Amino acid sequence: MTVSVSLEKITCTFAAKGGGSYTAVKDVDLSVADGEFVSVVGPTGCGKSTLLNVAAGLLKPSSGVTRIFGETLAGVNRRAGYMFQSEALMPWRSALANVTAGLEFRGEDWTAARAKGEDWLARVGLAGFGDRYPHQLSGGMRKRVSLAQMLILDPQILLMDEPFSALDVQTRSLMENELLELWSADRKSVIFITHDLEEAISLSDRVVVLSAGPATHPIGEYAIDLPRPRDVSEIRLTPAFIALHDKIWHAMKSEVLKGYQQTRNRTSA
Amino acid sequence: MKRKLWIWQCLLLVAIFAFWHVATHPELVPPFVWDNPDRAAFFFGEPVKIFKAIYVWFVGGEIYPHLWVTLQETALAFVIGSALGLGIGLWLGLTPFASALLDPYIKAANAMPRVVLAPIFMVWFGLGIWSKVALGVTLVFFIVFFNVYQGVKEVSPVVLNNATMLGATRRQLLRFVYLPSATSWVFSSLHTSVGMAFVGAVVGEYLGSAKGVGYLIHMAEGSFDINTVFAGILVLTVFALVLDFAVSFAERRLLVWRPTQGETQPL
Repeated sequence: MTVSVSLEKITCTFAAKGGGSYTAVKDVDLSVADGEFVSVVGPTGCGKSTLLNVAAGLLKPSSGVTRIFGETLAGVNRRAGYMFQSEALMPWRSALANVTAGLEFRGEDWTAARAKGEDWLARVGLAGFGDRYPHQLSGGMRKRVSLAQMLILDPQILLMDEPFSALDVQTRSLMENELLELWSADRKSVIFITHDLEEAISLSDRVVVLSAGPATHPIGEYAIDLPRPRDVSEIRLTPAFIALHDKIWHAMKSEVLKGYQQTRNRTSA
Repeated sequence: MKRKLWIWQCLLLVAIFAFWHVATHPELVPPFVWDNPDRAAFFFGEPVKIFKAIYVWFVGGEIYPHLWVTLQETALAFVIGSALGLGIGLWLGLTPFASALLDPYIKAANAMPRVVLAPIFMVWFGLGIWSKVALGVTLVFFIVFFNVYQGVKEVSPVVLNNATMLGATRRQLLRFVYLPSATSWVFSSLHTSVGMAFVGAVVGEYLGSAKGVGYLIHMAEGSFDINTVFAGILVLTVFALVLDFAVSFAERRLLVWRPTQGETQPL
């Protein structure tokens, strides 16, 4: 089994406002096998995005090593695609131009890139929307464009930071199913960050639970042995899913409460 | 509703000119401010004579070379000022050290009333169009510069990270993210900067030149020909309105990607 992403003893410390320092994540070990779908769940503000940025090479950890397919990562991770939580499309580019942006950066031929872009737009269900600008699309459609923008470059690793958290429930489960379908076509490694345990279980092969911050670290790992292909809205009703949910939720509950308590203290202080 | 409003706006214009005519034409109304009935016309001109002067200018063709010169100066000042503002704004926006170093100087240069530079530009560039272009450039530059500088600082970090993850190099980030983002800020200041280029051109002409609408006004003023002065002002106003229309048109064509508030409206 090849390991695609391996975070070893990652610690990230930031200078806090008004002096002092804040350790967001401490001594985190996390490895993802090639083709594995791993979800990382944890209470809000626990440093999940920090870990993802380290894996992407956008953030240099204070200490620790990131290895991508065995090689130590320095600079931006060129083998990974990143899907952001907030709006990341270039507003001055049409949907098609956004999807083909990565190909353009690589210097690929315009006509070939355009054909590929049209193809990807069709694959995410946006055929005929290529000339729309981001503000002319709905939130769900913009996420589809982001998905196509990432997948067109055929990255070996997908890093996803709560990509569907801003969507309504219906659109969200639709997008989750589509993601699973696209992913199962050629299994890439996925690190999927979410605070939604149900989303994590229904999508993943493995769920990693993080402790509340500061100094976040993994406190448990759970293999999800539910059969694939899955339908995310149907699988949530099966007994196996509910049993897993119960088990992981029990482990998570105290951390969530801790995180909540800390946020409350911080705001009242 | 819009059509009706348009009619009312025209009526208001006609009313203003009618009032002007009645109040200034000698002996149309009994004198109420000055004893001399010709005094009002001396100070405020007479609309009929003003329109006659404009008519003579356009039919005789005397005005066209002057308008052309003013247009050239405006366009050159706008293009050169915008290009400089865009370039230097991008540069300072991306190099914190240079921007920190130059910050007080830029503030000082912006605070200085730049019209006083006009005589210096005349010494440097002569009485031709370039001294007016230079004055317009100093006015346009700062508007565009501050907008671009702000625009660069406010490029969404998520969009930048996204482009980086899609494989953009630093140069590609500049070309595909910073530049379009900054350009949109240039366009948002387009009305102001075209207006300023125009102000620079006319003020420059007024202070010393041999051509241009500002020059016509200056000459007429020298011989107390108030009707020609007003004619020049009216021509300039209409000219500025036409420029503004052209800018609005360009804006609509170039900023299609930008969300406009309330694209739907009640009937």
